[in-house]
Amino acid sequence: MSKFVHFAAAAALAVAISAPATAQDVAIRGAQVHTMAGPAIENGVVVIRGGKIAAVGPAATTPVPEGIDVIEAAVVTPGLVDARSVVGLSGFLNQPDDQDQLEESAPMQPQLRAIDAYNPDERLVAWLRGLGITTIHTGHGPGALVSGQTMVAKTVGHTADEAAIVPAAMVAANLGEWALANGGKSPGTRAKQIALLRAALLAAKTPDTPAKGGKDGDNGTKPAGLDTQVLRDVLAKKLPLMVTAHHAQDIMSALRLKEEFGIDLVIDGASEAYLLLDQLREANVRVILHPTMARQYGELQNASFTTAGVLRAAGIPFALQSGFEGYVPKTRVVLWEAAIAAANGLAWQDALASVTIDAARIIGVGQRVGSLEVGKDGDVAMFDGDPFEYTSHVTGVVIDGKVVSRTPQ
Amino acid sequence: MGNMGTKGRRRMARAALLLGAAGLANAAMAQERPIAFTDATILTMAGERIENGTLVIADGKIAAVGGNVAIPADAERRSAAGKLIMPGIVDTHSHIGQVAGADRSGPIQPEVRAMDSINPMASNIAKARSGGVTTVNVMPGSGHLVSGQTFYMKLRKGNTVEDIAYRWENGAAMGGLKMANGTNSQRGEGGFPGTRSKSAALLRTALTDAKTYCSGDRKKPDLGKETLCEVLSGKRLVHFHSHRADDIMTVLRLKREFGFNVLIQHGMESYKVAGELVAAGVPVSAILVDSPGGKLEAQGARLDAAGVLEKAGVLTSLHSDDGVIDSRMMFRHASIAVRAGMSREGALRALTINGARQLGLDDRVGSLEPGKDADFLILSGDPLSVYTHVLETWVEGEKLFDRTREQDLLMATGGYGAGNPMEMAYYHWEFAEGEGAQ
Repeated sequence: MSKFVHFAAAAALAVAISAPATAQDVAIRGAQVHTMAGPAIENGVVVIRGGKIAAVGPAATTPVPEGIDVIEAAVVTPGLVDARSVVGLSGFLNQPDDQDQLEESAPMQPQLRAIDAYNPDERLVAWLRGLGITTIHTGHGPGALVSGQTMVAKTVGHTADEAAIVPAAMVAANLGEWALANGGKSPGTRAKQIALLRAALLAAKTPDTPAKGGKDGDNGTKPAGLDTQVLRDVLAKKLPLMVTAHHAQDIMSALRLKEEFGIDLVIDGASEAYLLLDQLREANVRVILHPTMARQYGELQNASFTTAGVLRAAGIPFALQSGFEGYVPKTRVVLWEAAIAAANGLAWQDALASVTIDAARIIGVGQRVGSLEVGKDGDVAMFDGDPFEYTSHVTGVVIDGKVVSRTPQ
Repeated sequence: MGNMGTKGRRRMARAALLLGAAGLANAAMAQERPIAFTDATILTMAGERIENGTLVIADGKIAAVGGNVAIPADAERRSAAGKLIMPGIVDTHSHIGQVAGADRSGPIQPEVRAMDSINPMASNIAKARSGGVTTVNVMPGSGHLVSGQTFYMKLRKGNTVEDIAYRWENGAAMGGLKMANGTNSQRGEGGFPGTRSKSAALLRTALTDAKTYCSGDRKKPDLGKETLCEVLSGKRLVHFHSHRADDIMTVLRLKREFGFNVLIQHGMESYKVAGELVAAGVPVSAILVDSPGGKLEAQGARLDAAGVLEKAGVLTSLHSDDGVIDSRMMFRHASIAVRAGMSREGALRALTINGARQLGLDDRVGSLEPGKDADFLILSGDPLSVYTHVLETWVEGEKLFDRTREQDLLMATGGYGAGNPMEMAYYHWEFAEGEGAQ
């Protein structure tokens, strides 16, 4: 870093700290502050100015500018990050008109954008926000071979555009039982799923052919369809392909796709990942693991509460998710899923990382959220005890420097 | 798993079954000398917390419990220092054992019995036990006004549904009757109701007809009406699936009219009519879910529901509705109730003695008192801490779950093969046999 940059940063910080308080200024003091960017700070403080973190450190040595509200909490963490949800597309009433996470008219529709269906006023968004979740990777769910795109959103905002921090994050695909079609339709088998995906990716890889009889003024090439354009972004690694796969053989099929097409692959669900630790590590993929308490039936009949700990020990990057729920409860809460992982072999800090910084990195927003570091978004969750104890409460939530909840829940 | 030894043991287990080893499920044979668990923290759920306490079990029953009890000379002593002992969990509403009830042929099928569909080898029974559950009300679903007779299951070792039954005095398997109102049973075709009023009218008609039948000579037996006679006489408890406050009030009206004993199941909005429930003396088997919604009737789901009921004086239990909540998450369930305002003591009662009282089994289970069944858990610490594990589950004096045994741990955490009903259950028992059935 040059001297100039040093000076500029220091000057910016000085301005930030001395400027008059705005609606996005707040300081949070915690008996324990888990920054996720170093060891926990005892008696720490996080100063947020203009919606961004301006300072983090021990309260004794970190000045809080005058006129800024100070909130106290026993435990302070970064705002929680849910690495895979459908909330906002899948509504809490579970009626046909609030379920937009799955379009079943065709097996592969990568052109479907999450932002065109995300409802920021959905009650489940507020529910998650009150429980400390400030960022969600949400969008199209499992149930189709390629169900559509995902987005990354803050759990605030009156419009989808306001909420979105990454409008198009990944393309969601699904291998295995949930994405099989009935009644003689394709894909009716696992092999056919892969054949269809390979054919689509190969077609997208092939340059557009000049159309016959092109009119004057155009280049004679018929533009590719929206679906193909999106798959080209996948082939170009602009968009990761997130493949929901639970059985080991489906996970291996996804790894073969990565090998063949050189795509950026994220494995979602992965309930049998513990059988494939070497393969996952060698393939250098990241995993968005099923909710720890996901029902151990059907596709997940071999799931285990211990998989998070096993992945961590094997050095495979992973995050936890709330996933898709088709009935009651309509969404899970990643805070509570991390708690069960922490009770089943995942170290406490690693469990917190799985719903903060590790989740943020895996969904591509690690530079912006997931830890309490200067310059990052002012997203904070507060607790009156160990966040993973069910008897503790979330006592406050701050997003972009705005206090969005002070009701203990 | 998968090695020759395992396969060999499985074969042996099957052979043993063929030779009639199912009789080993008889609890009286299991425990030959008294066992005294010493130096434990004991929550009897029938009095004060006991520190450095002793629990003595003999012949499958609790012989003594307290801070200063005489240990029989022939008793085996086991230190439970640093551990907590409490009664096994009574789950008042669950669907473990691959249970099914009525079919789609009609809305009212009281003659159908859950026990005739239960697979005692289903691994989710062993999983429930690993989570500390020892008594379960296993129910058919809620897609009917009357979906069948429920089954009170004791999670003792057993290869047949008879082995794991609670029994009436006449030897018949014990259970209640599942009823439901609200949207689940409204199909509007095939004789099913299309509205709430019609649901109530159909039920009133069935109960009125039964009343006439029950007071007649009953020479031409009607299986369904016979069951309703047990309901009308108060012998058979009605487990009434009901969510919305107005639906719960409909249940109370039916109870007033026909005089049956009833337990409100789920009661998502029971907190809105807590006073009415207290006045009617009707208890609630409650469930707290991680988020509201998922169906229209669950819009009003609140985490503080159980706490509100407790404060109002409603006898409240917490249930899993497994697979809605995994049976292994019952302590977590209680912790969430505490988070939202229930007392710690009340939440633990809601897992144990309250459910036993609701099912009419409190003379046998639900608390640690001399003479009751030796159904208890050894925990690694505070039951309401997420970091605490069930170390051992004892049923009628037999240790049927031990977290240090590999195959038991598989049930506790899940993993490869844990979802397979037959294979794992056989192996599970065979393994327990190998450990000397302690």
